Amino acid sequence: MRFALPPLSALSPTGLLFAATGAIGLWLPLVQFKPNRIVAGQGVDLIAALPGPAGWAVALGMAAILALGLAAGRGLGLRLGLAVLGLGLSLFALGLAARGLMPEGNRMARVSPAAGFWLQFLAFALMATDALARLRPGIRTRAAILAGAVAAGTGVLASGWLDRTSVMIEYAARAEMFSRSLWQHLLLAFGSLGLAFIVGLPLGIAIFMARPLRKPVLTLLNMLQTIPSLALFGIMIPIFGWVAAHVPGAADLGVAGIGPFPALMALFLYALLPVVSNTWVGLSSVSPAVRDAALGIGMTPAQVLRQVELPLALPVVLAAVRIVLVQNIGLAVIAGLIGGGGFGSFVFQGLNQTAMDLILLGALPTIFLALVAGIGLDLVIETLSRQKHRSTP
Amino acid sequence: MIRLDHLSKLYSGRAVVEDVSLTVETGQIAALVGTSGSGKTTLLRMINRLVEPTKGRVWIGDTDAAKIEPHLLRRRIGYAIQGHGLFPHRTVGENIAIVPRLLGWREAEISARIDELMQLFDLDPAVYRDRLPHALSGGQQQRVGVARALAARPELLLMDEPFGALDPVIRAKAQDDLRAIQRQLGTTLVIVTHDMEEAIQLGDRIAVMDKGRLLQFAPPSEILTAPATPFVEALVGAAERPFRLLSLSTVDALREPGEAPGTPINPDTSLREALALCLWEGRAALPVSGGGIVTLAALQARAEGASR
Amino acid sequence: MIAKLFLTLAAALLAALLFTPESFTEVFRPLTHNNAPPIYLQTSLLRLTLSHLALVGIAVTASTLVAVAGGVLVTRPAGREFLPLARTITSVGQTFPPVAVLALAVPAMGFGAGPTLVALFLYGLLPVFENTLTALSTLPPSVLEAARGMGLTRRQRLWQVELPLALPVILAGVRLTAVISLATATIGSTVAAKTLGEVIIAGLLSANPAFVVQGGLITGLLAILIYEAFQRLESWSAHRAGLIRPQ
Ligand SMILES: Nc1ncnc2c1ncn2[C@@H]1O[C@H](COP(=O)(O)OP(=O)(O)OP(=O)(O)O)[C@@H](O)[C@H]1O
Ligand SMILES: [Mg+2]
Repeated sequence: MRFALPPLSALSPTGLLFAATGAIGLWLPLVQFKPNRIVAGQGVDLIAALPGPAGWAVALGMAAILALGLAAGRGLGLRLGLAVLGLGLSLFALGLAARGLMPEGNRMARVSPAAGFWLQFLAFALMATDALARLRPGIRTRAAILAGAVAAGTGVLASGWLDRTSVMIEYAARAEMFSRSLWQHLLLAFGSLGLAFIVGLPLGIAIFMARPLRKPVLTLLNMLQTIPSLALFGIMIPIFGWVAAHVPGAADLGVAGIGPFPALMALFLYALLPVVSNTWVGLSSVSPAVRDAALGIGMTPAQVLRQVELPLALPVVLAAVRIVLVQNIGLAVIAGLIGGGGFGSFVFQGLNQTAMDLILLGALPTIFLALVAGIGLDLVIETLSRQKHRSTP
Repeated sequence: MIRLDHLSKLYSGRAVVEDVSLTVETGQIAALVGTSGSGKTTLLRMINRLVEPTKGRVWIGDTDAAKIEPHLLRRRIGYAIQGHGLFPHRTVGENIAIVPRLLGWREAEISARIDELMQLFDLDPAVYRDRLPHALSGGQQQRVGVARALAARPELLLMDEPFGALDPVIRAKAQDDLRAIQRQLGTTLVIVTHDMEEAIQLGDRIAVMDKGRLLQFAPPSEILTAPATPFVEALVGAAERPFRLLSLSTVDALREPGEAPGTPINPDTSLREALALCLWEGRAALPVSGGGIVTLAALQARAEGASR
Repeated sequence: MIAKLFLTLAAALLAALLFTPESFTEVFRPLTHNNAPPIYLQTSLLRLTLSHLALVGIAVTASTLVAVAGGVLVTRPAGREFLPLARTITSVGQTFPPVAVLALAVPAMGFGAGPTLVALFLYGLLPVFENTLTALSTLPPSVLEAARGMGLTRRQRLWQVELPLALPVILAGVRLTAVISLATATIGSTVAAKTLGEVIIAGLLSANPAFVVQGGLITGLLAILIYEAFQRLESWSAHRAGLIRPQ
């Protein structure tokens, strides 16, 4: 019997990439089984990990999706649907494997996702991304997709299907600490952002209006950025410890050399440069004609600033919000190293104990937060700058 | 000699060039004119296969262009475009040397050729050879662009609105120089322009295109006296308007100091007649009775000025 | 002028810190208490700096090579299918926190220089890739048309025209990568990589601010000097590419 191979041009090159990634994923072990959380585990592949014929069924399903994605010129909507189906299938397999492999009543054993799972997940995530990038959905659709993805993710976790996997077991053991860390992390990221705006916005306006201030301020802020985060976080401890001990009333205001305060200050300092420089850039990019016109109809300079220049500079200033938020969500992890709380606590605790699941428990939500903040704010900025273009032709 | 044989180009089913056949004899200049979007650029780019014809053939001498590797074909054909496309990271000398280097000429030979061409185009090698293109004026950049196209002694030179970005005075001079150099080298030249004026001045034959079709391919005199279609007539008419405006002023207005051979003309002669005389007799300047001269360049500049 | 003076001072300070750290004993003493050592001596600062730079150098070189190759690939006809995907990955990927990437590399690579290298490499890909893509897709069309029209082959166009003209923008991406990697590498010491982070972490663990400042200062000075060096390289290459007029 002879197979008629389709001509090469009928194959989608991206589809080939996804299929190759997925195929390696199918071949590598799906999960790792560890008798306890610290020891090295042993890989279990898809077929063996799932009970009975389920392994074959899932493997065939995934292979079919990847194969369908190979053909060039299929509808993008169909591709997207297939990719989402694939993502669901890989999560289904992970949960099922954890349920099947965990011995009843054993509190020590762990089943964690292994290379096979990650590659499968990556293959389908790439497939979905590719389809989405080509579909070029509008702002509303993208916002809906983002909300849908967040809801779906939360739904999967809330359903309890993955509860037997190692990361979720670590979570269950620390549910309370997790939600405390989440709030601390958000407080660090948003708190430093808020502080940076309270200080940075006036500073940006000041260097816009008083030229001689510009160079020294920006140089100073630029130099702050070159201090590695680890050192900046570290040096905040003695500085604010001293301030709390020696400046009367400082401690009552919450200044402290321990806990989240030094971390908050470090993040605040990093956030200043984007806020100040974007405020300045945004204000300087308002066309002189607009400014003249506003002055010409009798507005005072303060009114021009508040009613004309600042609103027009808004998209650029918002871009700073995006930069700061994404950057600080990531950097806030370092707070975990100096006792500042946040998801970093899990990450560094996990690194100390070589407990991979604990690292994941800290790293995955951080990545998730940064992603959602980045994509979400991109959408907001795009909406605003479109409105701006519409209102000033 | 170059022969286009029933050339057509279709983009998603729409004919952009439709069934064009024409022959340009060796050493002649063919000017392609037509309105914007009429397919001039597409036709030109099919000759060096930057665009592959949908139908038809291009013959260069006795060779079918389709039978030669495109990049090898292009090295045999000079190509100059609007905005010159000089490599900004290469000096003037290196730019001119590109095709000779690709063809594997010896360095001494290349160097001599660079100097020769730069002198031909009135650019002192000692001054300009090692400059980067951004340090040249627009007119100089354009001349280097043409020099580069001629560097490997191509049998055929293709030009797409090479003077499009130049101001009228420099443009008139560039046209004169091109004509002189082309005559001297004997290169066959196909030049695209949407300026009828330029076509009349440069072309041995003019090809008029409209909506992808070749309406007329004939010497300038024939295009002027016997336009094949109302469209050609309209194009010619538009070109003539500045000449009519020229007839409103006299030579006196453009008189400048200098000497020129020949019988002096009356200062009351109209500019239009003076221009016709220059073109007819192929002269760069005419003496004016009572002293001074009127130059072809000045007359053309005035004509250009009147047309905008 | 002032900038030049400042840079010379920075370089001199760095050299002094690395070659004669003991001479700074009295400078750092006020930062210590309980007679803690003012200068980090477990490993020489010079050795740590060199291994820090080596780590960053290897990672940045590798990510530059891979990212430029990738950028070239997706702008060729054969790789154009990957362009939308590549663009999305770069914009989304840059929101991944470097610390998280580093932490995730540990389970896969174990402790030591390995995970740091991998994290720096992966994280460094994005800025270079993004800039390569931007540079290659915004080249002046008339230059590309002329290059094709003169009979340069695809490869000749890439090496002789596209890459030289794209170089300044690509270098700006490498600069960004180098500066980020320099700072991120310090965190590598939390997973036992030999970097200047070791000094800072020793300071954190023993509550000795002198160590923290030392480690931070050296890394900061390195960042300033490297940033500056790249900027010179960029303007030199832009100048060579004929993209800006000489003053
Ligand atoms: N690659 C292409 N794909 C689709 N259509 C094209 C392509 N190139 C050119 N065209 C179309 O072909 C027609 C002729 O274009 P061409 O560039 O040959 O005109 P032209 O006569 O040179 O015009 P101009 O004087 O404005 O330069 C135009 O309608 C143009 O839109
Ligand atoms: Mg054209």
